[in-house]
Amino acid sequence: MLREIRPAIVLLLVLTAITGLAYPLAMTAIAGAIFPVQAQGSLIEKDGKVIGSALIGQEFKDDKYFHGRLSATVAPDPSDSTKTVLAPYNAANSGGSNLGPTSKALADRLKDDVDKLKGENPNAAVPVDLVTTSASGLDPDISPEAAQFQVLRVAKARNVPEDQVRQMVASNIQGRLLGLIGEPRVNVLALNLALDRATK
Amino acid sequence: MTVIGWLQIILFCVIIVALTKPLGWYMTRVFNGERTFLSPVLRPIEAGIYWFSGVDEKREQHWLTYTVAMLLFHVGGFLIIYGVMRLQDVLPFNPAGQSAVAADLSFNTAISFITNTNWQNYGGESTISYLVQMLGLTHQNFLSAATGIALAVALIRGFSRASMRTIGNFWVDVTRCTLYVLLPICIVYTLFLVWQGMPQTLGDYVEATTLEGAKQTIAVGPVASQVAIKMLGTNGGGFFNANAAHPFENPTALSNFIQMLSIFTLGAALTNVFGRMVGNQRQGWAILSVMGVLFLAGVAITYWAEANGTSTMHALGLTGGNMEGKEVRFGIVASSLFAVITTAASCGAVNAMHDSFTALGGMIPLINIELGEIVVGGVGAGMYGMLLFVILAIFVAGLMVGRTPEYVGKKIEAREVKMAMLAILVLPLMILGWTAVGVVYPAAVASMANAGPHGFTEVLYAFTSATGNNGSAFAGLTGNTFFYNLTLASAMFVGRFFMIIPAMAIAGSLAAKKSIPPSAGTLPTTGGLFVGLVVGVILIIGGLTFFPALALGPIVEHLAMNAGQIF
Repeated sequence: MLREIRPAIVLLLVLTAITGLAYPLAMTAIAGAIFPVQAQGSLIEKDGKVIGSALIGQEFKDDKYFHGRLSATVAPDPSDSTKTVLAPYNAANSGGSNLGPTSKALADRLKDDVDKLKGENPNAAVPVDLVTTSASGLDPDISPEAAQFQVLRVAKARNVPEDQVRQMVASNIQGRLLGLIGEPRVNVLALNLALDRATK
Repeated sequence: MTVIGWLQIILFCVIIVALTKPLGWYMTRVFNGERTFLSPVLRPIEAGIYWFSGVDEKREQHWLTYTVAMLLFHVGGFLIIYGVMRLQDVLPFNPAGQSAVAADLSFNTAISFITNTNWQNYGGESTISYLVQMLGLTHQNFLSAATGIALAVALIRGFSRASMRTIGNFWVDVTRCTLYVLLPICIVYTLFLVWQGMPQTLGDYVEATTLEGAKQTIAVGPVASQVAIKMLGTNGGGFFNANAAHPFENPTALSNFIQMLSIFTLGAALTNVFGRMVGNQRQGWAILSVMGVLFLAGVAITYWAEANGTSTMHALGLTGGNMEGKEVRFGIVASSLFAVITTAASCGAVNAMHDSFTALGGMIPLINIELGEIVVGGVGAGMYGMLLFVILAIFVAGLMVGRTPEYVGKKIEAREVKMAMLAILVLPLMILGWTAVGVVYPAAVASMANAGPHGFTEVLYAFTSATGNNGSAFAGLTGNTFFYNLTLASAMFVGRFFMIIPAMAIAGSLAAKKSIPPSAGTLPTTGGLFVGLVVGVILIIGGLTFFPALALGPIVEHLAMNAGQIF
């Protein structure tokens, strides 16, 4: 058995160096050279400043913007570091609500949000993804139905014809890959950027 | 449920089956020490590593030596992770300035990664540095996966050899698995993931000013290189807190689909390795069929439950299924499928929050782990777990007809059955034992996030996941407490090694036996009867053991939900 001790130490160190340092560092160099944009986080710049990542959702509250999913991310409470406070779309601390199907907190929250959205657009069915939190708290997308649902509000806030906004939504829908894999969706940040460009 | 949803599920299954044979062929060559197309490049490196580490690749080991070598290897792995976490504040590659990780959390995480569990009491982007991600976690993702595969191959050798004292050389198996199987796939896979949008950088977290003018700090890092092995090695520990739900850890529907495939491929291929090594590939296909039956049943139930939604949602007129804790790009079907795959396979990565699944939708992942994660299973661990159940099924069949049971030419006798039972009994001992403590001990009760039966399920799921070395969670439970850090670590440790040691004892005892040719009285183990028998034994043992606990958790919650009760 004693002769197993040397491999236990040396082989472990060699394999650790290969898989724990050489491999990730080499991949960082190669990926950075081939896919520089993605490797840095698919960042979007506007007027020379980073306004976010194409893949990471951000919070929209203004009526003139399309809103994303609800986010349950938190941040440390500034007044008491052992506690946390709600901080939607905190991209340095991802996470979901983790509320279960029989949670009263979830039932109350759903009811409030459904009521609020019905007030905004009484004629359409409330899309489920607009009143539920995403798994990461950073979901960049909403369903096409959830985007269409908000057209009324956005068009009114921007004082542009509803049809124009509706068309912008339609042209921002990403379909399923090969018509099969994934779900149809609209990237909220991309849609809002397109909207800003079109209707200054 | 939709037609397109089911087509995605079928496409997934077809690709897995198609990959099983070629990958099984390749892996068999690797573990038999034969030449492969990568040998011209890798063979000199491999030989150099053996020379440097003092490994004699021709010398095989007795099962006890093999097991001791494996354990020594893990002691070292533990010390590396623990050390790097405790010292991360003074070590390089820490642009976010993370402070040293607390002792109990470091202990839990180190145990978690050497046991291939990858339970996340740590928060990824909010707790650990890039160095810990690479040197601590990425490296052990490779080595714990390589260990699992090596152990499965050693057990398979037990079946395929006759009258031999040895079952292979642990050092050679681990090195060859890492160099010839895991690393080459991961290099290609990493580039694919970056192409899809996964970051791979050592730079600082990005400070952005959003369109509405708010500040957003965006965590990045060497994500892709870790995620590749995290999925391929069925490790599942996330770079980010939200794991594969995070857009940087799973950017597109395609990256999600490939990640799901990569959880299953190596585990499925091992059934073919088994068939090839025992000289009849149909033996491997029979085992894969057992896995397939259990898998499809699980997918159907979870998909149905999630597509159906909750009664709270119905009452408010919300349709489209239970989207709480799910991402739009994956939707209901890919979230349900992912949840079943990740728990069938001991991976534990999640692309949706299991805690927010419907009661029945969340019960299937729980059952998958409680059955021992033998549906494809963790790389290696699933194969040896499944072979333990096969031994029991063969034993039960032998009792029914009153003959000494045989499997692939080996007599299954008292020693093998005792060892198999020992390994299987570890699951209820740890899961039910610790859950019982967790629901009465006050400091543990405080960790529950949900009230009512769902809170109980959170605790049950935590110990199930830890014992099964899965690593997924009903994540509302606050796991980073002294109580859970220590108890979960003990569940992970016992769940891993007290299953491995009996399995290796079986490997040793089988290898030493003579091989006997099949006779008229031998139960054919390649047909539907055998498949049905193994499925039955798995469900009966799992059902008898865990049904009472499930009745207190998800089942009663489902009934309460339908009665309109909330907590």
